Amino acid sequence: MMWTLFLLSSCVKLLLIPSYTSTDFEVHRNWLAITSSLPLSQWYTDATSPWTLDYPPLFAFFEYILSFVAYYFDPLMLDVNNLNYKSDATLLFQRLSVIFTDIILLYGVKECTNYFTQSKIIKPKKWTQPRSHQIVFQILLIFNTGLFFVDHIHFQYNGFLFGVLLLSMAKILQGHYYEGAFWFAVLLNLKHIFIYIAPAYFVFLLRNHCFHPNKPASLSTLSMTKLSKLGAVVVSVFAVSFGPFIGQLPQVLGRLFPFDDRGLCHAYWAPNFWALYNTVDKAAVVIVKRFDLVSVNVTNTMTRGLVENSQHVVLPSISPRVCLVLTLCGILPCCYKVWKCPGNPLHFVRCLVLCAATSFVFGWHVHEKAILLVIIPLTLLAVIWEQEARFFLLLSTIGYFSLFPLLFRPAELPTKTIIFLIQCIYSFGHISLIYQQVSSSFYRLPLLNIVESLYICNFVSVYLFDNFFMNLFGLREKFPFLNLLVISLYCS
Amino acid sequence: MGSKGYTNILTVDKSQLPHSNIILVLVGLLLRWLTGLHSYSGQGSPPMFGDFEAQRHWMEVTLNLPVDTWYFNTTENNLLYWGLDYPPLTAYHSLLCGYIAKLLVPDSVQLFTSHGHESYEHKYFMRLCVFLSDLLIYIPALLCFFSLENSTCLVQGKASKVLFLSQTFVYSVAFLYPGLILIDHGHFQFNCISLGLFVWACLHMSENNHILTCVLFCLSLNYKQMELYHALPFFFYYLGCLYKTQSIPLLLKLGTSVVATFTVLWLPFLNMSQLKQIIHRIFPLYRGLFEDKVANFWCSANVLYKFKTQFTNDQMAFICLCVTLVAILPSCVALFRSPTFTKFQLSLINVSLGFFLFSFHVHEKSILLVAIPVLLYLPKDPFPVVWFLLISTFSMFDLYVKDQLVMPSLVLMVLFYISIHHFVTQFCSGHYLLWFSFLISMFGCIVLMSFSLFLLPPLRYQHLFSLFISSYSFAHFVLFFVYFYSKQFELNFKLKHIKTT
Repeated sequence: MMWTLFLLSSCVKLLLIPSYTSTDFEVHRNWLAITSSLPLSQWYTDATSPWTLDYPPLFAFFEYILSFVAYYFDPLMLDVNNLNYKSDATLLFQRLSVIFTDIILLYGVKECTNYFTQSKIIKPKKWTQPRSHQIVFQILLIFNTGLFFVDHIHFQYNGFLFGVLLLSMAKILQGHYYEGAFWFAVLLNLKHIFIYIAPAYFVFLLRNHCFHPNKPASLSTLSMTKLSKLGAVVVSVFAVSFGPFIGQLPQVLGRLFPFDDRGLCHAYWAPNFWALYNTVDKAAVVIVKRFDLVSVNVTNTMTRGLVENSQHVVLPSISPRVCLVLTLCGILPCCYKVWKCPGNPLHFVRCLVLCAATSFVFGWHVHEKAILLVIIPLTLLAVIWEQEARFFLLLSTIGYFSLFPLLFRPAELPTKTIIFLIQCIYSFGHISLIYQQVSSSFYRLPLLNIVESLYICNFVSVYLFDNFFMNLFGLREKFPFLNLLVISLYCS
Repeated sequence: MGSKGYTNILTVDKSQLPHSNIILVLVGLLLRWLTGLHSYSGQGSPPMFGDFEAQRHWMEVTLNLPVDTWYFNTTENNLLYWGLDYPPLTAYHSLLCGYIAKLLVPDSVQLFTSHGHESYEHKYFMRLCVFLSDLLIYIPALLCFFSLENSTCLVQGKASKVLFLSQTFVYSVAFLYPGLILIDHGHFQFNCISLGLFVWACLHMSENNHILTCVLFCLSLNYKQMELYHALPFFFYYLGCLYKTQSIPLLLKLGTSVVATFTVLWLPFLNMSQLKQIIHRIFPLYRGLFEDKVANFWCSANVLYKFKTQFTNDQMAFICLCVTLVAILPSCVALFRSPTFTKFQLSLINVSLGFFLFSFHVHEKSILLVAIPVLLYLPKDPFPVVWFLLISTFSMFDLYVKDQLVMPSLVLMVLFYISIHHFVTQFCSGHYLLWFSFLISMFGCIVLMSFSLFLLPPLRYQHLFSLFISSYSFAHFVLFFVYFYSKQFELNFKLKHIKTT
C-alpha cells in the first residue's frame, strides 16, 4: 500500500520536472560543485558564488556523495565557476535526487504508522474502519502539498529532512530514546533550522529518560548513566559532522547563523507576527506622510526581493535579541507542560508543534517554508485528536496558501491551484470522516465553526485578488496571522 | 479475452468516499496540465515544426485573412506551410483563439513574422487553450455519460462471483486515460473538442434526444473530418429506427437538424469553388497510403508485400475503400436491423476500428477515435476495454519518442496501470489463461518499449523497432476487432433468442 502511494507520488513528481525552479536550484548545484571539486578546508570559505554553503556539515557530506552520481549525468555542473548552469541533465539529476531521497520520508512515515498499530494510547473504537486514520496520515504526508511546492517545484531537499524528523519522532514515540536522539542529532546536522524544536526534545528526554518518569523530578532521581549515554550519542554525531572543520569553527558557525547580513523578514514576508508589524509600520508611514507630522526618509523599503537589511520607520526596529526573547516566552509554557506531565509521548509531539509554531511567529528571518515544520508533525496529531484535527485543517490550508507566492510564474498557477484544491478537499473530506463528522449545515465546513469557515472561504477572494487584480503585499499576511496567534495561545 | 464464462450481474457501486469524484477530476486536470509543461511536437525544430505550429498558424491565418481565402493558396496564404485542412468549425475555433492571442501575446499571431514563434507565454497560452477546451467539453461529457450510464450491466465473469465496479474506478479510467492526455496536452492537438462533442452526442442518443444528437454530432464532424469514422453507426442507427417506426416526423426532425447545422457552419463557404476547394483540402487523397508506422493492416502487410510500389495512389485508395467497406458493413447492417443503444456502441467500436485497420492514410493518432467509443463501453465489459486502452496508448509510443514525451508517457502509463491494477487482479482471479495472456501482452509492450529506448536499430533497418511496435499493436487490434465483432453478433443472437422464447 505504502509503496503504491510512493510510486504514485513519484509519478506526479516526475511530471513536475520541467516546472519552475527558484534560486535554490542554483544554490544546491553550487554546493554540489563546491563539495566535489574543492578540498574540505575550503568548503565553508569559498565565495565564488553568492550562494555560499550555509547548511551544516552533514548536509555538505550528503551533497558530496550526490556529486559522485552527478558526474555521470553532467560533469559540467560540478564546476565551481560554472555559475547559473542549468542543462537538461543537471535539472534531471537534481530533481531525481530529490525524488529518490524521499524514500527516507517514506521510511519515516512507515515508522510512525508502526507506532499507530503498536500503541495502546490510541483507542481504535472511535474509528469506523480501524486503519482509516493510518491511511489518511500516510496520504497526507506522502502527497504533502507543501513538499510538492517547496521540494519538487521550488527545489529543496525537505522531504528527506522531514523523513529524518518523522523517524526520530517515531523512535521517541516507540520509546527508543537513544535512536530518537541519534536521528534528531543527525537532523540538526543536516539543517540547523530544526534547532527551533530542539527544546522539546531536550526537555522531554531529560524528564522521561534521565529522570524517573513516574517520580517527581529531583536531583536524587536523576540517572547520570542515562544522561551521559544520551549525551554521548548526541556528541558523537556532532563530532562526526563538525570534526573535520574543528579548525575553522567560527567561520562555519558564521555561515550557519548569518545574523549580521540578514533582515528581520525574508524577501517575501512570511505570514507571521513581523509581517503584521511591518504592515502597521507601513501604514504609519503613509499616515505620517499624509499629515506631514515628521519628515521621514523612506528610501530603504522592505521586500525588495533581495536578502537585505531594512529599518523600520515609525515603530522601533527589532533586533534578533527581541525575537529570541519573544520566542523563548512562547516556548517556555509548553516545555513546562511536558516537564510536569511525563509519560505521554504525544504531549511531546504537541510541544514540538508549538515550539515550531512559536518560532515561526516570532522568529528572526523566518522563511514562509518554515510553516511545514509546524504542519508536518501536526499531521500526526490530526489523525488522533479531533481538536488537533481542527487546527490542522485551518493551519494546513493557510500554510499551503501562504506558499503560493513562492511559485509565481504563470505556468505554475494551474499546478498550484489544482494541487491545493485536491489537498483541501481531501483533508476536509477524509479527516472529518475519521471523526464521523459530516458538515451539518451548508455554510459550515466540517469540524470548523462558522467564523473559521468564513475565514477559509475568504481565501477565494484573496486568491482572486492576488491573481487577477494587483498583487499587493501586506494584505495577504494579515489573514494568516490571526490563527497562528490562536495556535500559540493554545498551550496545553 | 474471449473466454465464454457465465454471465452475471455486475452492479456499479455508488457508495464511495466523500468527494472522490471531484478529486479524480482534479487529478485528471493536474496530470493534463503537468503533461503540458513538457515539450510539444516540433518544439524548436525549424523549418516546419509540428502540430503545435500548425495550430498557431491557423490562428494567424484566420485572424488576419478574409474568410474566403482561408482555404486557398494565395500570396498571403501558403498552403504548403501548414495550410488549413480541417473543416470550418476548427477554423472558427482558431479565429476565437486568435483574438485572445492577439490580446495576450500579440507577436504570436502577426502575419508572416510569427512563423515558428516560440515563447514561454505563448506556449502556456496554447496549453491553456487545450486545457480549457478539455475542461469545458470533454470532461463534463464523460462525467455526465458515466453518471447516467450505470444502472446494472452484464459482464463475463465467474458464476459464483459478483464484481462490484465502483464509480471511482470508472471515472479514474475515464480521466486518466493516457492516450488522449498525451496527444492533446503533450503532442498538441484539439481532439478533446471533437471527441467531447462526440461523447455529448452519444449521451443524448442514450437519452433519446434525437435533435441534439444530430446537432452535436454534426458539430463534431465539422471540427474534424476524422469523425467520419463514427458517422456510419449514427446513420445506420437512425436508418434502423426510421425503418422500424416508419415515422415521418422523426425523419423531418433529423433531416432538418443535420441540414441546418451544416448550413450555419458552412455559410461563408456556400459556393461551388469554395466547397470544391475545401473538400479537396480536407480529404487529402494526394497524400500516401500511410506516413509513419501505423498499427494498421497496410503498414503491417507492407513488410511482406510492397503495396506502395505496386499500385498508384488512386488505385490504392479504391482498394482501401473496398476492403474497409467489407470490414464494416456487417456491423452496420446488424445495427440497422436492431437499433439499440448497446448495439450502437459496439457498432461504433467495430466501424471505427475497421476504418483504422483498413482505410487510406491513417495516422497513428486516429486510434483515439477508436479508443473513446471503447472507453464508453467500459461499464458493460470492463476488462477488454481496459486492455484495449493500454494497447492503444502503447501503439503511439513512437510518436512520444519523436516528441520527447517519453517520460510523461511512461509516467502516465504507470499511473493508469496502478489505478486499474486492483480491478485487473480481481477480475482475473480464477481465470489463469486470461491473466497469463494479459501478462504476456503487457510484458511484450514493456520489452518493445525498452528496445526502442535503449537499443540502437541496425543500420539497414532504421525503423525496425517502430515496425515491431506497430505490428505488435496491430496483432492486438485484430484480436480486439474479432472480439468486439463477436460481441455485437452474440448480442444480436441473444436478442432474437429472447424474442422467440
